[in-house]
Amino acid sequence: MKGPDIAAYLVIAAVLFVTGAAGVLIRRSPLIILLSLEIMLNGGNLALIAMARHQGGLGGQIFALAVMAVAASEVVVGLGLIVAMARRHLELDVDKLSTLRG
Amino acid sequence: MGNFLVWAVWVVAAFACLGSGIAVITFSNPFYSALALIGNLGSLAVLYLLLSAEFVAAAQVLIYAGAVMVMFLFVIAYLGGRADAPWAGGPSWQTVGAVAAAGALLVEIILAIGLKAGGSLSRANISEAFGSPAAIGKAFLTDHLLAFEITSIVLLVAAIGGVVLGSYARRRHWGAAKPPVGDSRPVESVHGVPPADRSAL
Repeated sequence: MKGPDIAAYLVIAAVLFVTGAAGVLIRRSPLIILLSLEIMLNGGNLALIAMARHQGGLGGQIFALAVMAVAASEVVVGLGLIVAMARRHLELDVDKLSTLRG
Repeated sequence: MGNFLVWAVWVVAAFACLGSGIAVITFSNPFYSALALIGNLGSLAVLYLLLSAEFVAAAQVLIYAGAVMVMFLFVIAYLGGRADAPWAGGPSWQTVGAVAAAGALLVEIILAIGLKAGGSLSRANISEAFGSPAAIGKAFLTDHLLAFEITSIVLLVAAIGGVVLGSYARRRHWGAAKPPVGDSRPVESVHGVPPADRSAL
């Protein structure tokens, strides 16, 4: 069984990462920004797993699982912040939330 | 034949991955964006399977596409799925700059990959158990024990942070909206229950 080269996977990972970065930069809704962050993290994960397969070691997969746990934590805190903003009737627009004063 | 099948699966998964990634950042309704991200994570799990990372693929589907995205969809439904209009009035200078910056980043990464990481995927030096739950568990509990324990601390801190954020928002909001009537004591309750009623709980 022979599939694509490592470079093909890494290109996919790079394009995913850049897509997420463009989403973070373009969109103004914090929900979409969190979703784009997930895309960026998954681009990194794909590169880690491709490299683990390339090297034949399990370290990359372990790192990818740790990244998954960090992403879950980030979602918990980010969604908590968004819900707190919505409960205080703040507008969900990161351009209008330029100061973090209560 | 097997080679062709691997290529076909790879092409389908890669294009589904890229297409749904673009869809996430272009849909104006966050509900559709979250659904597109579920498709993105599912096609990434297929790519992980092609890289013989079976346990990571299963964890991706269970944790990401399952738990995390369900939480996202709950919050989007709670907020009412309000759609912003990101493309109204033509592209702003911010959009143009963001796309240019992303393109520059892509060119930079592709150049680095093309110069450094060329070469075929070495297929010879992995065993049958590579990426299986047993191998991952053994690596986690022997070589990477510190990472495993630190991950648990990170998750604990995130859980505490979520609870603190939630209770703080609730206390401030309800305390401002419902001042106590006929009770001179200050409101101490966190859950909106007057202090006199708390013995009933």
